[in-house]
Amino acid sequence: MTAYFQIDGVPIPFESGQTIMDAALAAGQYIPHLCHNPEFRPHGSCRVCTVRADGRFVAACTFPASEGAKVECASDELRELRNGLLQMLFVEGNHVCPGCEKSGACQLQAVAYYCEMLAPELPHFFPRRHVDASHPDLAIDYGRCILCELCVRASREVDGKSIFAIGGRGIKAHLLVDSPSGKLGDTDMSVHDKAAHVCPVGAILIKHRGYDRPIGQRLYDQRPVSVVGDVIQAEETRDD
Amino acid sequence: MDWISLELTAAGFYANKYCCAHWRVGHPPREEAASVTHPPSPSEHALARQGSAPLDLLQILVDLQSSQGCLSAEVLEEVSHALSMPLAQVRGVAEFYHLFSRYSPCRYRVLFADNVIERLAGMESLLIRLCEHLGIDPGKVRCDHRVMVGTTSCIGLSDQGPAALVNGLPITRLDAQRIDAMAEHIEQTIPVGDWPSEWFQVTPNLLRADHLLAEPWEVGAALGVLARQGAAEVLDCLDQARLRGMGGAGFPTASKWRSCRDTPADRRFVVCNADEGEPGTFKDRLLLQSHAHQIIEGMTLCAAIVGANHGVIYLRGEYAFLLPGLLGVLEQARQSERLGTIIRGFPGFSFDISVEVGAGAYVCGEESALLESLEGRRGNPRIRPPYPTQRGYLGAPTVVNNVETFAAAARIVANGEEAYRLAGRGEPGTKLHSVSGDCPRPGIYELPAGTPVRELLELCGAQDTGAVQVGGAAGTLLSPAEFDRRLGFEDLPSTGSFMIFNRRRDPINVVQRFTHFFAEESCGFCTPCRVGTALLRDLADKLFQGRAAPRDLDDMHRISRLLKSTSLCGLGATAPNPVLDLLHRFPAQVQARLCRADQQPAFDLDAALAPARALTGRDD
Ligand SMILES: Cc1cc2nc3c(=O)[nH]c(=O)nc-3n(C[C@H](O)[C@H](O)[C@H](O)COP(=O)(O)O)c2cc1C
Ligand code: SF4
Ligand code: SF4
Repeated sequence: MTAYFQIDGVPIPFESGQTIMDAALAAGQYIPHLCHNPEFRPHGSCRVCTVRADGRFVAACTFPASEGAKVECASDELRELRNGLLQMLFVEGNHVCPGCEKSGACQLQAVAYYCEMLAPELPHFFPRRHVDASHPDLAIDYGRCILCELCVRASREVDGKSIFAIGGRGIKAHLLVDSPSGKLGDTDMSVHDKAAHVCPVGAILIKHRGYDRPIGQRLYDQRPVSVVGDVIQAEETRDD
Repeated sequence: MDWISLELTAAGFYANKYCCAHWRVGHPPREEAASVTHPPSPSEHALARQGSAPLDLLQILVDLQSSQGCLSAEVLEEVSHALSMPLAQVRGVAEFYHLFSRYSPCRYRVLFADNVIERLAGMESLLIRLCEHLGIDPGKVRCDHRVMVGTTSCIGLSDQGPAALVNGLPITRLDAQRIDAMAEHIEQTIPVGDWPSEWFQVTPNLLRADHLLAEPWEVGAALGVLARQGAAEVLDCLDQARLRGMGGAGFPTASKWRSCRDTPADRRFVVCNADEGEPGTFKDRLLLQSHAHQIIEGMTLCAAIVGANHGVIYLRGEYAFLLPGLLGVLEQARQSERLGTIIRGFPGFSFDISVEVGAGAYVCGEESALLESLEGRRGNPRIRPPYPTQRGYLGAPTVVNNVETFAAAARIVANGEEAYRLAGRGEPGTKLHSVSGDCPRPGIYELPAGTPVRELLELCGAQDTGAVQVGGAAGTLLSPAEFDRRLGFEDLPSTGSFMIFNRRRDPINVVQRFTHFFAEESCGFCTPCRVGTALLRDLADKLFQGRAAPRDLDDMHRISRLLKSTSLCGLGATAPNPVLDLLHRFPAQVQARLCRADQQPAFDLDAALAPARALTGRDD
């Protein structure tokens, strides 16, 4: 007999060992998320997928599903928390959406729209972070990195290269590149690496093809992120 | 020989019999290093001493920081090659811990303890005085590579501060005179080992003893009971005593041990959490310094019950000065068959303990971050479940307990549960409190659980007290109306920190310092804490400076709610406590500090223009 738990009253079937997120996505129930992707081990850092399971706040991407659990996802309280977390991600970096070439195909932007977070009310940090354009085919704009570590995981687990790691701590935590100079151009990163295609925001960019889709045809222009899905899978089905 | 042992000997701390470079004696066996043929470099020395697996990375870096005075880019590259680890990962670990210096090398590195207690005792002016003598700016290495002066979080010496670490060794009781003399010693290039030994005096400072510490520890007393009565009886005894963890969370100790024992595995570990990072706590320092035999016996008791053959003491880097003494006690225990392959009274059982040294990170006191750190990585907390008793150190079931918990377990088993229960007032047992701040007799007080705050204030002679922070930065800020509340699990649980502020102190300033602490110490892994602690810090600064508007208080509440509900670990979940306590318990002070507009920009025009004005000499 299949086991079930509930998300906002909707029964969700699950297999033992699945997280709330695994089971929800398999059942077509969208839970907003950024650092999670089913291709990689759950990370639990962005906290955008916070839900309430039997009264307790947990990250859906790491918390095991259990028989009969009552999970709240869309309550006003959780919407407010999620909205706050998204605001935090916007104000800690430099996200000038109108000028960003990822605009329209950015998962952070798409999740923010989905969660009705339209303008951050928190003070901006305006951190000074640089752009690394040393690689012939790729660029990194550190001002947009949300520390989801998808590139770290992709490079380590799929590409077998470990080109990325995290340095610093607290609000100064930042992405590190594995070369003595710290520059991407001095690594053996290739544009064909998985890590080049997983960034949910406009931090890791592929050169020579900026602004190639007109407004109206970009990834999230027609349908919301809950239908389109994550940047990673969408990148892979890109028709070019 | 590295500098820790050199300088400790010279400073007269201890007759140097155990080379401190080998602090990991008794460590579980690991894979062997590839052999080296050319003349060894400093990093090869460190690798030879600490091992050459990625798991040894943190200890290798601790060793190199000691011997080289900094972790230079070249040293990190060498380590990365030797361990076959990506350089970025090695840098990531080096950047995580405060006590590592990635500046250019310098001969003297002075780090002032920057807890609110030290600030109130004049630490800032002492720091400026030293910098002026030496002609440097805080945080910068002098161009002749001689000296740098900076700050670090609480170093566990608030009862004898202001204090500072000089090349990792604590100097206590700083005053203007001592600062002037330090500057002279530095300018004359006198090695730290030749500085006057009384500067380095750390007194145990136990001012009241009770059930745990009143009688000297009789080595073997608890293990004798275990041998006679068996594990089941001993666990029952701890249950009946209702012993709960002393590190903060208060989890029942016997249940934790059972859970580890009952998880199927072919090896298990016992870890002693000696990270003591909560600001204003220093009671574990006393236990490690003067009661190590009792701690070791508590760990051995646990190991015999859960079936562990290795134990690890995770000693915070700030307490490296306790290392020689601790290693001495461990060696004595081996000599007398209390540790090692033969343990008296327990045929077939072997158990040894090694020490691993941290490098300055409050979050590494959180048990799962501690395990990450023990495995040589950045101290990011782990996702739970699984809990450490299911999957802990090196993936094996692991008991992590606070230093005081192990000492208490040993005492309870030796003296019986009844004595423990009767020692408390309304709840069982006793608790060590580290008292600091505005009182004539700061130090460590062992008190019955359930003792009212007011009684401890009287004991230490505090007068005209305006506020007490119980349990450290993450604890509870009390106003005088609440001084009849009781210290204990039933009312006011505490990690053992008790910071006293008299009525002339500004509670907003106190809380502002705590927000800076959390922003410094957040590991940065999860969004709410990484960003939220920095936002709270900035808002607390704004409030302190009289620039906050009522709307900013709403933001404080909103951000606090986010931190409490969505943080991955206890650091983020407790970081808002002092802010919320301030808003609830000191509303008059807060209201008086608000500016009248109901909204005030976070942007400060004058501050933003300051550099340009300074450069151009204009003042418009
Ligand atoms: C941010 C943070 C810091 C902590 N620091 C310490 C510490 O320094 N020492 C300690 O024993 N426990 C500390 N703890 C609690 C530990 O996670 C853990 O609960 C404790 O070591 C368990 O031991 P106990 O049951 O004996 O208290 C900390 C927890 C958090 C969330
Ligand atoms: S660069 Fe992109 S993928 Fe990598 S951590 Fe930053 S946001 Fe995530
Ligand atoms: S709550 Fe803070 S310290 Fe804990 S995991 Fe998150 S960022 Fe790190």
